[in-house]
Amino acid sequence: MRAQRKLIAPVLVIAIVAMAWIAVGMMVTNSYYQLMLTLVPIWAVMGLSWNLLSGYTGLVSFGHAAFFGLGAYTVTIALVGYDITPWLGIPLGMIVGTLAGIVIGYPTFRLRGHYFALAMLAYPMALLYVFEWLGYQEVPLPMKREAPGFYMQFSDYRVYIALAVGLLVVSLLISLAIERSRFGMSLVAIKQNEPAAEAAGIDTLAWKMRAIMLSGAIAAAAGGLYAVVLLVVTPASVFGMLTSAQALIVALFGGVGTLWGAPIGAAILIPLSETLQAQLGDVIPGIQGVVFGIAIILVVLLAPEGIFWRIRDQLHRPRPVGVVPATPMAPRLVVETPLPAPQRERAPILTVSSLSKSFGGLRAVTDASFEVGEGEILGIIGPNGAGKTTLFNLLNGFLPPDAGKVVFAGHELIGLKPNRICRLGIGRTFQVVRAFPRLSVLNNVVVGAYATTTNDADAFAGASEALAQVGLIGRSDANASGLTNKELRLMELARALAGRPRLLLMDEPLAGLASQEVEILLKVIRSLAAQRITVVIIEHTMRAMVRLAERFIVLDHGRVLAIGKPSEVVHDEGVIEAYLGKKWAAIRAHS
Amino acid sequence: MTSLGDFVEIFLQALTAGILLGAIYGLMCVGLGIIFGVMRVINFAQGEFLMLGMYFTFYVVVSFNMLWFLGPAVGPYTGALLAGPALFAVGYALHRFLISRVTGISVAGIEGEGHYAQLILTLGLSLVLQNGGLILFGSTPQSVRTPLSARAWEIPLLYDVNASLFLNKARAIAGIVSVVVAVALYWFITSSRLGKTLRAAADNAAAAVYMGIDVDRAYRIAFSIGIGITAIAGGLVATYNPFQPYIGLDFVIIMYAGVVLGGMGSILGAFWGGMTIGLVQQLSTLVLPTQLQNATIFVVFLLIVMVRPQGLFGRATERI
Repeated sequence: MRAQRKLIAPVLVIAIVAMAWIAVGMMVTNSYYQLMLTLVPIWAVMGLSWNLLSGYTGLVSFGHAAFFGLGAYTVTIALVGYDITPWLGIPLGMIVGTLAGIVIGYPTFRLRGHYFALAMLAYPMALLYVFEWLGYQEVPLPMKREAPGFYMQFSDYRVYIALAVGLLVVSLLISLAIERSRFGMSLVAIKQNEPAAEAAGIDTLAWKMRAIMLSGAIAAAAGGLYAVVLLVVTPASVFGMLTSAQALIVALFGGVGTLWGAPIGAAILIPLSETLQAQLGDVIPGIQGVVFGIAIILVVLLAPEGIFWRIRDQLHRPRPVGVVPATPMAPRLVVETPLPAPQRERAPILTVSSLSKSFGGLRAVTDASFEVGEGEILGIIGPNGAGKTTLFNLLNGFLPPDAGKVVFAGHELIGLKPNRICRLGIGRTFQVVRAFPRLSVLNNVVVGAYATTTNDADAFAGASEALAQVGLIGRSDANASGLTNKELRLMELARALAGRPRLLLMDEPLAGLASQEVEILLKVIRSLAAQRITVVIIEHTMRAMVRLAERFIVLDHGRVLAIGKPSEVVHDEGVIEAYLGKKWAAIRAHS
Repeated sequence: MTSLGDFVEIFLQALTAGILLGAIYGLMCVGLGIIFGVMRVINFAQGEFLMLGMYFTFYVVVSFNMLWFLGPAVGPYTGALLAGPALFAVGYALHRFLISRVTGISVAGIEGEGHYAQLILTLGLSLVLQNGGLILFGSTPQSVRTPLSARAWEIPLLYDVNASLFLNKARAIAGIVSVVVAVALYWFITSSRLGKTLRAAADNAAAAVYMGIDVDRAYRIAFSIGIGITAIAGGLVATYNPFQPYIGLDFVIIMYAGVVLGGMGSILGAFWGGMTIGLVQQLSTLVLPTQLQNATIFVVFLLIVMVRPQGLFGRATERI
């Protein structure tokens, strides 16, 4: 219900702005201003399409003109060549845009960061030359005097304004629905920390594919309407660099990662640029570009994240610290039960056999074999560079092993992606906490809870429960970027727990904590054992580990050096040698 | 004369043309590659600096004829080389007052957001320079004419007395100057103290700061050198190719393709990336219609990026 009430305000704003825009459009008679009133919503839609992929996921696309151009050319070719009305041509273009999203997205999502951005640049460029070669240099849309309405050709320009606003409203509602659902949350999680999202059970490739398909369809619709409005299509005007840049600029200028950004950007920039062109274009050709460029530069310097966020930050000043009771509640711990006797045989939940991985010449993990019993706390220790984190990365699917087998509760894990492994019941925390810094604590954990349920309300309930368990429920609404190290570690643990794991891989959860903080974490970790969650933990702090783990695995240079009870392992000569050197081991042996 | 012989001749002609063009592309890619490699900034305005290098050469050599004493053959190349230091100064000032606000160590920690600011800033800069260029220089295409552009060397092919290669002198000299400048820069980056500073800042900015390296200064110098080198390449292109203020758009994409092909961050790679583009562009004319010449660049570019994302010379480093 809370989510529904939250939707009413933005929907109202969208409705009011759309009505106002159309009302203004009805009163304007100057055809030049009518064109501008049509172009603003079209570019706003284009900006929203860009924002849907790039704003939410952080994968910057320089190639949105590919979708725009395909939409424009589908409508044009359908009308010119096959006499298909744009009423059908635009939906057809959206299908082409969706297909282009699949064809472009699938290979290109293997790339990250700048590589992705620049690879995207190549698609519209290649299409531009291909369309020129095909002989579509300049295709005018034929006038259909016999049935203008049927062919989306209106003598009254105000119909185009209404059409463009209608498309914008639909795009805004789609964006709103995405922002308020697990779709948007998953994309934002991908943007803020993709490996963490994947490890928390988010199928990152699937969500990115959905985003680019939807984004491609919306951009194609904008392109199709653009062709109908301007009545002529050239490869340079729809596939050109400036079309991609325009999409990116209106979204970035207005505000990234929010549905309000692109409309704000388009409403300011398009009229500015068009007016300048009209007023001064004849006197000083190029003045439009100069002023436009300077405006962009100024906004970047004054509001680097876009106008929307700048204004929002001005209105919502950060609340002074101390108003919100900052005292976190004590962890709601399950009564600490004495640890089961370690001697008892446990059924293995995880079986690792002959696992090996090398990076070039460096053998990070060599022929590692061990079992983890259900419900036990197993410690993995070893000097720096022993291959501990690499072992975790192999177990949860971040890295493919060169050889070996991993079986978890009857499932073969090798070859599965991290999100699949997470969904099978293996949670993970990281050596350096991988939070989603701009999400609230609750939302950070909700991302982990999505793996367990298809119902968003259940996910929120599960997240709150996990936060209560680690004692962080009082900080639910805080931004993750404002947490202390201890709170971050607890939050990451809660995110892993929200996925209801049967096995939890914890990579140095105590690193950088003060001694009282270590105690809090130890308590929480012990409470997991009481819930029959199996824990494998990498840790350097030997004193804490001896108190926590039932068994140790000692790794050195990627090999399993020893497995056994803490008391045995710490007296093992090989282990002492690995940690302290041969000399020390010899002294120990003689004393 | 067999048709095979004809083909070999045409092939060799395209190959040499590709190598000469590739050398100039290589040089401009090196300019962009330094900026990208050291600062990790996507500079969209790089094509405009190439354009400024062209107009600098034009004004120095043609309009004001400042290098009359060097003669019509040497003058244009000297003018192109002078564009280097001139645009270095422009780059230095731009970085000092503009680019440094959104780049450098202070924004290195901001994931995503920092990139956006850099992107729009350089896009805005590109618009201002393009259209400012239009206001200042006018839209009439210009060229730095040299008598050499109408002359060619004829190189006899040994297998056939009737076959020979024609090397346009202006293009050949431009290609050779490009290689010399690129080699000199490579020597500077690998051997000099300043070059090592740049490489340290590129490799790990945070670690470089802890080693007492002024990373922001290193960025400024890398940016300025990158601008200067691309401007030299622009001056060289101007000796055989007419240009107008919007020409940067044609080249910025070639530069990015070359830098990515070579492996972002590798200066040597950027040169070979540019060379690859030049070769692909020329050799594709043998089998494809000329309109598809540019489409081939992007297809090859996409193929290499998909198969080998780290580029031909880059290294894949991703730590989880």
